[in-house]
Amino acid sequence: MTVRRETNNEENLVARLREGDEAAFTALVDRYHGTMLRVARGFVRERAAAEEVVQDAWMGVLKGLASFEGRSSLQSWIFAIVVNRAKTKAVREARSTPFSALAAQEASGRQPSVDPGSFRGDDMEWPGHWAEPPRPWAENPEARLLQGETMAHIERMLEALPPAQRSVITLRDFAGYDAQAICNALGISETNMRVLLHRARSKVRGQLEQYFAESPESSD
Amino acid sequence: MDCIELVELVTDYLEGTLPQADCNRFEAHLRDCPYCDEYLRQMRATLFALGRIPAESVSAAAQVRLLLAFRNWKRD
Repeated sequence: MTVRRETNNEENLVARLREGDEAAFTALVDRYHGTMLRVARGFVRERAAAEEVVQDAWMGVLKGLASFEGRSSLQSWIFAIVVNRAKTKAVREARSTPFSALAAQEASGRQPSVDPGSFRGDDMEWPGHWAEPPRPWAENPEARLLQGETMAHIERMLEALPPAQRSVITLRDFAGYDAQAICNALGISETNMRVLLHRARSKVRGQLEQYFAESPESSD
Repeated sequence: MDCIELVELVTDYLEGTLPQADCNRFEAHLRDCPYCDEYLRQMRATLFALGRIPAESVSAAAQVRLLLAFRNWKRD
């Protein structure tokens, strides 16, 4: 999913919703609910809590529909509501640590993207170069990645990430938000955003490398 | 640029935020280093996969709850 403007028939859709057209609402739910849930789970780990966030976001959508002016697309507006509620919930779950503090904490210190032991030490020839290079992935990694089993594994990797890293990678790489939109939505600096994104992506890549090395090709 | 440096710059490179001079050094390294080239390829494949995680399924209970909420909202 990418947050982009879809003006086609949008005014029409908004008008139908305002009139109480159930088919229009059901279609809207079918279209976005699953993605909203996935985005919410970027903030709250438990499925039930994410369901609650999304339910609550839909209530916000209904409440705001009368005054929706179409300055952003309906989709962007709906997702802004989800992110906002999900963030509030995440902050509450983190014992009210503000999101910006959470982000700063997770972006601090040194955290190598790859185990430093994978590189040649200063006492060796070619220091800083690979000692244990990345193990190649499947012949056709894209096909392998799209298998249900791999996808389920990636979802578990995301769940295991620290909260701010999980939120940033979900918004950037799953939902297709641009950097600025993420900084605005989460109230974090661009520098922290990029460090979090880098740490999260590096972990997922590393775990995928391990996953591919350990589990043979399956015909899913 | 060493490999250990390159892996820390991959996100800046892919996000287009690496300064031009570093970008040139990054690409020069890639041309000489099949391992870093593989690393970057794996990172790109990772992003490909992250963008294609299936959306969560919608439970029937949630659908019913939302439709009821919509009917209530309509009455107000």
